[in-house]
Amino acid sequence: MGKRKRTDTKPETGLSRREFLKGAGLAVSTPLLVGEGVAEAARPATDVKILGPGKVPLLLRVNGAKHSLSLEPRVTLLDALRDHLDLTGSKKVCDRATCGACTVILDGLPVYSCSVLSVEAQGKEIQTVEGLAKAGQLHPVQAAFVENDAQQCGFCTPGFVMACTAFLDKHPNPTPEEVRRGLGGNLCRCGTYVGVRAAVLQAAKTIKGGGIHG
Amino acid sequence: MAEYKWPEAGKRALIGKRTNRVDGPAKVSGSAKYTYDVKRPGMLYGKILRCPHAHARIVSIDTSEAEKLLGVKAVRIIQGPGTEIQWAGDEVVGVAAVEETIAEDALRKIKVQYEKLPHLVHEEELEKVGDRAKPAAEQVSGDPDSAFKEAGVVVEGYYGLPVITHCALEAHGCVAEWEDEQNLTVWPSTQGVARVAGQFAETLGLPAGNVRALMQYVGGGFGAKFSPDRWGVETARLAKQAGKPVKLMLERAPELMVAGARPSAFARIKVAATKDGTFTAWQSESWGTGGIGGGGSPPIPYVWNPPHQRKRHTAIAANIGSARAWRAPNHPQACFLTMCAIEDLAAALKMDPLEFCLKNIALTGERSEIYRQELIQCAELMDWKKKWHPRGDPSVGPIKRGLGLAIHTWGGRAHDSECRATIHPDGSVEVSLCTQDLGTGTRTVVAIVAAETFGLPVDAIKLNVGDTRLPPSGGSGGSTTVGGVSSSTRRAAQNALEQLFAKVAPDLGVAPEQLEAAGGTIRVKGNPSKNLTWKQAAAKLGVTPIHATGKNPGPGNLNSSGVGGVQMADVSVDVETGVVKINKMAAVQDCGLIIDPKLAESQVYGAMIMGICYSLFEEKVMDRATGRMLNPNMEFYKLAGMADIGELVVQMVTGPEHDSRGVIGLGEPPVISPGPAIGNAVANAIGVRVPTLPLTPERVLAALEKGGVA
Repeated sequence: MGKRKRTDTKPETGLSRREFLKGAGLAVSTPLLVGEGVAEAARPATDVKILGPGKVPLLLRVNGAKHSLSLEPRVTLLDALRDHLDLTGSKKVCDRATCGACTVILDGLPVYSCSVLSVEAQGKEIQTVEGLAKAGQLHPVQAAFVENDAQQCGFCTPGFVMACTAFLDKHPNPTPEEVRRGLGGNLCRCGTYVGVRAAVLQAAKTIKGGGIHG
Repeated sequence: MAEYKWPEAGKRALIGKRTNRVDGPAKVSGSAKYTYDVKRPGMLYGKILRCPHAHARIVSIDTSEAEKLLGVKAVRIIQGPGTEIQWAGDEVVGVAAVEETIAEDALRKIKVQYEKLPHLVHEEELEKVGDRAKPAAEQVSGDPDSAFKEAGVVVEGYYGLPVITHCALEAHGCVAEWEDEQNLTVWPSTQGVARVAGQFAETLGLPAGNVRALMQYVGGGFGAKFSPDRWGVETARLAKQAGKPVKLMLERAPELMVAGARPSAFARIKVAATKDGTFTAWQSESWGTGGIGGGGSPPIPYVWNPPHQRKRHTAIAANIGSARAWRAPNHPQACFLTMCAIEDLAAALKMDPLEFCLKNIALTGERSEIYRQELIQCAELMDWKKKWHPRGDPSVGPIKRGLGLAIHTWGGRAHDSECRATIHPDGSVEVSLCTQDLGTGTRTVVAIVAAETFGLPVDAIKLNVGDTRLPPSGGSGGSTTVGGVSSSTRRAAQNALEQLFAKVAPDLGVAPEQLEAAGGTIRVKGNPSKNLTWKQAAAKLGVTPIHATGKNPGPGNLNSSGVGGVQMADVSVDVETGVVKINKMAAVQDCGLIIDPKLAESQVYGAMIMGICYSLFEEKVMDRATGRMLNPNMEFYKLAGMADIGELVVQMVTGPEHDSRGVIGLGEPPVISPGPAIGNAVANAIGVRVPTLPLTPERVLAALEKGGVA
């Protein structure tokens, strides 16, 4: 902020930023950021086919294993994972793509699984928190979360772990600023961000040092 | 009998060391099972139809269409015709169905007619609440009239905090399963496993022993999860009616509408000081709501006790979901009202508020010396003396920077707890108590205390918690858990060890009193080479394990109460947009003997972040016309994210004089000060008071319209 040089607070339009914001009604509770690494919903398939409302057969590939299911097309990926595959690590909190507690990795990208339909996730590689540790050994991101106490009640933790894993895939050498911005898509109520911040930087180092497996 | 005390500083293998959370691996791998994750064979999903009106009488209910829906297994009217509903979102009909989606479909088929009644959901102006105001008697001490007349400086102000919600990430709810007509098992999401089972039994008319409660993990509570709640009891009733287990967890909207509210607090405050800055008098007219029941009265003036006071509080009955204890009940409100008024008084005196606090520190009473040290320590962490400027950042440009401070206190006396320690002949150790770990680190603390006492590593302790068949422990509220469970565990472990010493003393050829447990051995004091390994010692038990219990309260000074803390904030405010940014916050906190500094620091970091949330973002926004909450979701009921918190520094105050106080709870105190620390920093930055939280751009800009540096 200190770098910003601004002596003239009234731009040529005659409208200061404050007046503009007031006029536009945007000053009220504007979210401070939209993280660049915020999980995005998967794009709908191009060849749209009408399904349902009854149950339809479904094939999901989760953590490398194939699962045949029969679900109503309105069932979200999150509910399919939790209620039908007993993969309860991903949590439902806001149920509308705000908080990130349901984050899973879909074809390499972090997504909010509460806002992806399970029918849309067919044909994609779905990675959940349960698939992250290999042979009983925690993934470097998970190990760093434990070491840096990046969890309290732990309800947001699986989502955060998946978001951090996907983030480090894209930013193997993150700056603190990239961490700040890139992990803005996950919310924690206990306030574990200080630990998460430290954990993601430590995990980056471990992964670079060859500590990643599989 | 054993002498119950904590090991001395030089003799602690684990206490005071930075141990990782024992359930960390389960949490990061998704294997930790919360109530929300429980799935029972044949389990149904419950949903509740809620009243859309803030104040209404139910005229009629027709559930026939819902009952006919395929997959619906139970429908129950929770509040029938004639009932007066007092807040939007209150429970009307419960449904259980084979799938969540079918239960939702069923709710849409229920027809309810209401007669709407007048409601009140706004209370920030006392003059406009009419007969909803319930004033308490005025309290006077000293001679406030003369004090204000003789004062060198008098400052008057209006300050306030709106109702906010708890917003635990795991919503309220439970799974209920009947073993038979008279025996129920519940999996609650609760802060008090032992207590909630008894409440279920009482409400359902069952003998206390017929309800078993089980909970391994809970996704946050913050004070809102002590009761089974009406929806919990209805879950059990739906399960009975359907003859199947039922799971009912609140959706996010009702969670925010009805399942947790921190009472609001507003006040017109007048404070006075002599010209040299001696704080002499306080006068306040305060009010607030905690729902239709009125709500608590904040203890003001908070921490500071000037000689002359006059105050009156008015509770307001509003049609919003009823109040629940919110982390440090009434303290954040009291601290904000008090510390903002003090900062404004210091500003009028043209005094640095740090100097004002230090000058008047005796008014904080018995902990004044600790507060003095903590203020000085915190000021150093913030480089306060160099960075502080009189009110209104004089620098050019739209970004104004300022500093603010606040101090707080909390009791945190240890709750009742009973613990059973078991040493098996194979050397394995179990520690069992019906407590719960809210994420504060309760499991870890219990394991550390047991391991320390037995001279074993932390992972040698098998912990059993969260089951009413284990010895009971109190609910986790008011920062009472750590003192309770650490003391009962210490006593249980010492009792178990005493029995083990008696068993093995003959083999080592000494009296039992001459033995100690350390480094995985039972050894002779002063002659460590004369020892048995833990396993060898336990083998002497033959086939009978040792079971020993320990209780709190109990003998020995293992815990106490009463802590202090100081927090300071450094903020930047963009006076064109009104956006407040946290640059840095520092917390200095004492809490007696610290079992695990790593987890203690996490509590303080978390509390500061929660404080940033309610200072900048959180508000239960109510619609005047409909009486409904306008932001019952997480886009518009906002919490701070990773980028909003700035640099946070935590310093725990430790040392022999704090160790000797024993263990004291820490959950509440550090969440109290952030509001006024941040609010005062904003006032210091922009030169004008933003009177109410949260410090949204809209509120900052409105304050700047009235004055300040912009």
